[in-house]
Amino acid sequence: MTQEALLFGLSGVLASSAPILFGVIGETISEKAGVNNLSMNGLILLSAMGGFAASLATGSLFWGFLAGAAIGAAVAAIVAFVSITLRQSQVAVGYILAMLCRDLAYFLGNPIMGRSGPRLNILPIPGLSAIPVVGTLFFRHDIITYLSFLLIVASWFYMERTKPGIMLKGLGENPKAAYVRGANVNRLRYVYTILGGAIAGLAGPIYSLSVKAGWKGTISGLDGIGWIVLSITIFGGWTPFRAALGAYLFSLLQWLGLVLQPLLPNVPSQVLQVAPFPLMILTLLLVNISNAEWLERSLSRLPESARRNVAKVLMALNATPPASLGQPFDKDS
Amino acid sequence: MRDNKTTRLLFGFGSVVLALALTSAIVAATGNNPFIAYKNILQGAAGSANVAANVLVSWVPLLLATSGVLFTFTVGLWNIGIEGQITLGAIFSVWAMRGLQAGAMAPGAIIALSILAGVAGGMLWALFAGALKTFGGVNEIFGGLGLNFVATALNLWLIFGPWKRPGVASMSGTLPFDPKLWMPTLSPQSRLAPIPLAAALCVVALTFILLRGTYFGLKLRAVGKNPKSAYLLGIPTWQHMMLSFAICGAFAGLAGAVQVSAVYHRLIPSISSGYGYAGLTVAMLVNYSPIFAAPVALFFAALNVGSIQLPIVLRLDSSLAGVIQGFLVLFVLIGNGVRIRLLGKKKGSI
Repeated sequence: MTQEALLFGLSGVLASSAPILFGVIGETISEKAGVNNLSMNGLILLSAMGGFAASLATGSLFWGFLAGAAIGAAVAAIVAFVSITLRQSQVAVGYILAMLCRDLAYFLGNPIMGRSGPRLNILPIPGLSAIPVVGTLFFRHDIITYLSFLLIVASWFYMERTKPGIMLKGLGENPKAAYVRGANVNRLRYVYTILGGAIAGLAGPIYSLSVKAGWKGTISGLDGIGWIVLSITIFGGWTPFRAALGAYLFSLLQWLGLVLQPLLPNVPSQVLQVAPFPLMILTLLLVNISNAEWLERSLSRLPESARRNVAKVLMALNATPPASLGQPFDKDS
Repeated sequence: MRDNKTTRLLFGFGSVVLALALTSAIVAATGNNPFIAYKNILQGAAGSANVAANVLVSWVPLLLATSGVLFTFTVGLWNIGIEGQITLGAIFSVWAMRGLQAGAMAPGAIIALSILAGVAGGMLWALFAGALKTFGGVNEIFGGLGLNFVATALNLWLIFGPWKRPGVASMSGTLPFDPKLWMPTLSPQSRLAPIPLAAALCVVALTFILLRGTYFGLKLRAVGKNPKSAYLLGIPTWQHMMLSFAICGAFAGLAGAVQVSAVYHRLIPSISSGYGYAGLTVAMLVNYSPIFAAPVALFFAALNVGSIQLPIVLRLDSSLAGVIQGFLVLFVLIGNGVRIRLLGKKKGSI
């Protein structure tokens, strides 16, 4: 492979990570507030279809993205209402919305299937894009990919360096303490769930207006992305930088699958496309295994120095979810 | 007004009406008459003896999947991996059939062994997800989903690789088995095989008895309600979780084996056809209790089969069936929540 092709491929990896990043950061915000929005797979499909339909109807990309965010916010609002106000299982409402929104996307998207529509253009940054290597990699993208870079930094700054961001952490870790500190826990959970849904809802139009432009129904190749987003949220340990790493690794693996295809003629292409999934299980195992009790017991049998080193590696990989994730808050109990 | 059987029925009825009203509004919004769409679904599901038999054919795997997830739901687990467990059941049963078909064994024995192999395959895949959950701390939803994708990949690899048709491999699957290895049907024209149907109904009855009438079912429920208290009461917690995974996987594997021996007679790329996910939805709609599982599963099977004609007759996507099912479950969830909020015993909640 020439250097040029390699750079071009890696730049494509950054661009195709953008929708996953929006999904993962949106879900991270929602989960940090204590609400597990499991509807992600349906949410992204429906917002991809809706965003494409809206920009077809208006001829404007802006309305397409806005429609995607609005659909994401609406789906998240249902999750919030059923789980926070009505106190039904978050997993149940999320799962059924994942199924329902997917089928809705296929049903409502039937008339616009295969139509050609507007598409986001590349916007090279003058000057910077001329720099060798770095310019091709980072400064020849469409605007949404630049925004995805910004989103990582901005969400990290908000969560770790601002007062409302610390309160957000409190909502998921210790809602009682947040309540005592004057936070209206349930209202804030609504706000962050809907905000997270809106951000994740942008993932749909990023696909249908940029990365995989158009709407092709069941063969759009988007089914399953939402579940990947949820797994990367866990891998990301509810921190933006690690989540971004997960998203980039996933896209890199998918790209490698495509690149390696000609080298492995005996392996059908469908198999390489799903190669990231077993790796996903493996990474989930790695980040979760230090929470398992039996491991602690068997570790205690190792000699002190070895135990310390193993523990260090496991702790670096470990990701612990917000302590009150998925639990309703009642100020009276 | 207090919360009782009547209010529960009323709220349930109201939820169904709202779900149907919203679905109708959506169909109308696409410029179609919802009643014509419903009439088409009805005709597609009960218009002739042939389509009615097809509904029963698709009822069988749905019954098995629903029964299976009732066990995992009872211990508080979301076995989303059931879809892959069905696929593995199908793969194992094809594998057994391929190995035995050249031998001198009687066709009946080959079919029986291939079904047993399918059960083992589904169980194996479920125990895999269970081990990830109990020993690896991996949430069963994500472990299960990952394993579903792996199962799909394995299936495609077999169809396009080692088990490909002589000549060219294709999405239409592997080469069909000899008709003498097909599960016998009611008549040569019919697609309905009575043995799997009877077996599935037995599985539903068994599920009901085990979960509702035995000490084992009680222990499963104790683990589901509160694993810590159950453990303190002397119920081995993780063993019961693994056991419920194994039971669910066995039923799922049986469903996959039935799809091979009685329906497709070969391995196809979409062999699990979403029956696992549909089984989860049915279980949610019947509020995780086995009493109404069979009739609701029949209704879902009728919707799925009835909507197959929609794209041809009305140019509507057949996912309308999924839309109706999704709205039903969503509104029943909302109805439950509203009912408990309005009439529930809890004091102090506004």
